[in-house]
Amino acid sequence: MTVRSPRTWAVGCMCALGVVLAAGCGSSSSSSSSPGVNATSITFGTHQPLTGPAAPGYSEIAPASKAFFEYLNSQGGINGRKIHLIYKDDEYNPSKTVTVVHQLVLQEKVFGIFEGLGTPTHTKVVGYLNTSKVPDIFVASGCPCWDNGTKQPYTFGWQPNYTIEGKILGQYIKQHFAGKKVGVFYQDDDFGNGGLTGLKYEVPASQIVSAQPYQPGGTNVAPQISALKAAGAQVLVDFTVPIYTALGQLTSFTLGYKPQLVVSNVGIDPTTVGALLKSFSKGKAGSELIEGAITDGYLPSTADLSNPWVALFKKVHDKYDAGAPFDGNVEYGMATAYTLAQSLQLAGKDLTRAKLVEAINESGSKLRGPGLVPFRYSKTVHGGYGGTEMGQIRGGKIVLFGGPLTTEPDESSAITPYTGTQPAPPSSGVSVP
Amino acid sequence: MTRFIDLTLNGISTGAIYAAVALALVIIWRSTRIVNFAQGGMLMFTTFIASALISAGVGYWLAFVVALASGFVLGAVVERLLMRHVMGKPPLNAVIVAFGLLILLEAVAGMIWGNTPRSFPPAFSIRGYSVGGTRLLFSPNDTFIVLVVLASALLLALLFRRTTLGLRMRAAAFAPEVARLLGVRVGGMLTLGWALASLMGSLAGVLVAPSVFVGPNQFDPILVFGFTAAVMGGLDSPAGAVIGGLLLGLALSYVGGYEGSELVTLAALVILLLVLMVRPQGLFSTPRERRV
Amino acid sequence: MTARIPHGLRSVAIALLAAVALFVASELLSEYNDLQLATGCYYFAALAGLTLLTGLSGQISLGHGALMAVGAYTTALLIGNEHWPLLGAILAGTAMAALVGLALGAAATRLRGPYLAGATLAFAVGLPALAEKYPGTFGGANGLTIEPPTPPSFLGSEFPLERWEAWVAGIGAVVVLLLAGNLRRSGMGRAFRAIRDDEIAASLCGYSVARVQLTAFVFSAACAGLGGAMLAVVLQLAAPGAFQLQLSLSLLTAIVVGGLGSLAGAAWGAAFLVLLPGWSNDIAHSFSLSTRVSSNLPLAIYGAVLIAVMLAWPTGIQGGVRAASSRLRRMRGRREATGQRGSDPIGRGQGPVASVPGSDAALSNQRGDQES
Repeated sequence: MTVRSPRTWAVGCMCALGVVLAAGCGSSSSSSSSPGVNATSITFGTHQPLTGPAAPGYSEIAPASKAFFEYLNSQGGINGRKIHLIYKDDEYNPSKTVTVVHQLVLQEKVFGIFEGLGTPTHTKVVGYLNTSKVPDIFVASGCPCWDNGTKQPYTFGWQPNYTIEGKILGQYIKQHFAGKKVGVFYQDDDFGNGGLTGLKYEVPASQIVSAQPYQPGGTNVAPQISALKAAGAQVLVDFTVPIYTALGQLTSFTLGYKPQLVVSNVGIDPTTVGALLKSFSKGKAGSELIEGAITDGYLPSTADLSNPWVALFKKVHDKYDAGAPFDGNVEYGMATAYTLAQSLQLAGKDLTRAKLVEAINESGSKLRGPGLVPFRYSKTVHGGYGGTEMGQIRGGKIVLFGGPLTTEPDESSAITPYTGTQPAPPSSGVSVP
Repeated sequence: MTRFIDLTLNGISTGAIYAAVALALVIIWRSTRIVNFAQGGMLMFTTFIASALISAGVGYWLAFVVALASGFVLGAVVERLLMRHVMGKPPLNAVIVAFGLLILLEAVAGMIWGNTPRSFPPAFSIRGYSVGGTRLLFSPNDTFIVLVVLASALLLALLFRRTTLGLRMRAAAFAPEVARLLGVRVGGMLTLGWALASLMGSLAGVLVAPSVFVGPNQFDPILVFGFTAAVMGGLDSPAGAVIGGLLLGLALSYVGGYEGSELVTLAALVILLLVLMVRPQGLFSTPRERRV
Repeated sequence: MTARIPHGLRSVAIALLAAVALFVASELLSEYNDLQLATGCYYFAALAGLTLLTGLSGQISLGHGALMAVGAYTTALLIGNEHWPLLGAILAGTAMAALVGLALGAAATRLRGPYLAGATLAFAVGLPALAEKYPGTFGGANGLTIEPPTPPSFLGSEFPLERWEAWVAGIGAVVVLLLAGNLRRSGMGRAFRAIRDDEIAASLCGYSVARVQLTAFVFSAACAGLGGAMLAVVLQLAAPGAFQLQLSLSLLTAIVVGGLGSLAGAAWGAAFLVLLPGWSNDIAHSFSLSTRVSSNLPLAIYGAVLIAVMLAWPTGIQGGVRAASSRLRRMRGRREATGQRGSDPIGRGQGPVASVPGSDAALSNQRGDQES
């Protein structure tokens, strides 16, 4: 064995590799008070499932946000700054989320993380972001866990959390389907469990005859649907993502099981679900299997082109994001981007990370935009939208009715109607209170 | 009781798909001693081709045939261009190449057709048979799937056992030098083996596509269970593949129905381990001679 | 003449060299790169064990990602719920994975080749389901998050967390390097190879096949558990989404691409796993492509690279390094025994997926044979 043996070569190569990494990459500078921003631009980063089993639908969100930023940038940006969004693929794998977020914060030196997607993924970086004082704005998940301004001052939710939605849907069931047996088909994670919790705040336990979870990843949901049919559920509540809404409907069709569907807004976008059911409708609209389903929406329906916000988003989509279908995911991405732009406007020309957080704390609850209900933002509450409006699939489109409702995500708070009107979008840029 | 019947029927229809995938893996194993991890990617790709044709207005059965034909061609191409070069090398290399091909195919499918799953029409109605007022969890389409898989297994078994071609293919796998000496075109037989297996895989793809949707990652769970079924039944045995697939489908359906969906993958592990502890080479494998 | 150093000392010397290299690298690198170094180190721990298992003792495992999960969850639970100190929690994670490896290895003792592959694959897919079945303990789909490990106070309050993580993982990697290196050269290591090459002859010589294989399996499980424990510390998480089948397949890929059976190959494999995703992402984003193409391009590159490496260097990167260094040495006119074994065609007689026949002469373990 000589010193020049291949083993030593290999160890030497590893050392060389380390040195190459060191030479080729940035030095370890501590972050300044606000990296990622200068007089003419501001950069945000995000982690998204662009590939992998969680990618369907969700992979459209970040490109849609980016498209909306490009629209604003074409008008000069916000406070003279163009907004840039770097999005990285974490494949819905929490290990990759940690790596990618560290890379965004330490190497790309982004100003903040925007719209980080997913509960199992984002919960792994919340601690790091708050310890490092990096703004963690408008997490793309309805987990109530983002709503903690005291312990997680830099993290803000955006969409109405799953418990709020479950509660509002539950109240509708209590009022309109009293006495009917209720079954629940739900995803076995925060989304499904949160929705079920909220549902149970309103619907009496005796009325829920069966609750069947599914694991995302498998495709056989027949055991669950047949159990729900066997239990005699006349109302089926779906806390499902679109693929599983469609799978559930296919099995129901085979079984001749036709309950009244009540579906979370997460899983009912008619474009997406209709596309998945298209081949089974024999030429009729693919969404006929979900026709009449009750759902909810906190943004105007994408089918309602008479709504000025929808028209604006469609215009931006056609120009900057035409590769994607114009569906709920794209609307989500653009509406979130609008809220970020509003927050940046509020934070002012002299922008630091702390100032952005303060701006949302102080004035976030006054922001109005494409959302149908106000935000729940304060120093201690970082919840996001506080409610939603009931809707129904009619003619393959979501038609909202009854007016927006708001509540708090606990058992005792009442559900109250929101009577404010939705403002029109500004002709350019964003409008702030 | 209805529940038990429903779960049994569901087990049979899902089991038939696992059996089809298992058959594809068995064919390649028998003819080339390689476990084809890329099978899932290959069948996904050919199903995408069929889906694209159907969206463009081509009729279902024509698209079906095109899927099978493109599977045949794809299998032959993969064997000629890729697998041939790893045949004389450490066996794990073939596994890695297959794995690389799987990832490459999924990525390319995503680039061409996007990551959003799309709908695929069934060959026949999916409305369950009506028996005494209730609908069963079994439809004409499920009957078609089961019959096709059984027929394929039978045809393949006949091919391997009763025809000269099958004999040549088996000779090419077990004793290539001797087979060459006897005039068998070993290379051609290997290619044929891959082509046939890939055709079987494509068949599984179009059969299962209506219930899993067509997307780059949508076929992954089928692959895992198909491989489990193939191992359980014995990688040498087409009959083992079919029976293994059906048994696995039934077992997982019962577990999912009576115990809960979260235990399904764990149940697959336990069942497989139990089978392999009793018969380490699968249920229906022929005992291998120990060579000294 | 070449100086001959005793083997035990040689292992220690290599381990020290690696430790110094890692220390120097961690000081020079930026914080993010320290995180990558830490990641490489915990991958190395798992890969070292796996390459001994698969390369040396000829058992293919598609389940080592799940064994990493065992180590990670054990460590995360002990640190998070029971507030164990770092070292104790990591050791416990390693031990737990070794235990699970013992159970799995014992169940799989009669399995060979693709049957062992199938069983371990079912294990990889099935074990994370436990996290969903008992969400109260294991945190369900979200898994567990733990507090970041604080660097000891004598390092100062400004000591970067990422560098501390790199040190923790680096120490683990060096320990594995030492132990695995010794195991390779020990009698047990020779037993591994004997069983791999010819089970019947080995058992006629008195080796207990089952016991030797089980030893290899348990050792590799412990290494994977250590890797997983360090993963939990470095990333501060243990979640089912981090331990899917894809991880087990990546580990297997990495050891083959790096060079099967050699620890240097495991190091190459670790570097491959850490660096390739970043590079392929950079490549994908350097062109302005549609999202659909640019988000799938890194995966396409990964798949293409796997195929290319296997076709170009069938003995992996370390094999390629060896071949290059042999050529260099021959060019200098020094006679070297290149250890060409007789060609032994693949797939004849032996368990195909499991055995690594002697034609792969460039594997360093074989060189080790000759030099011992």
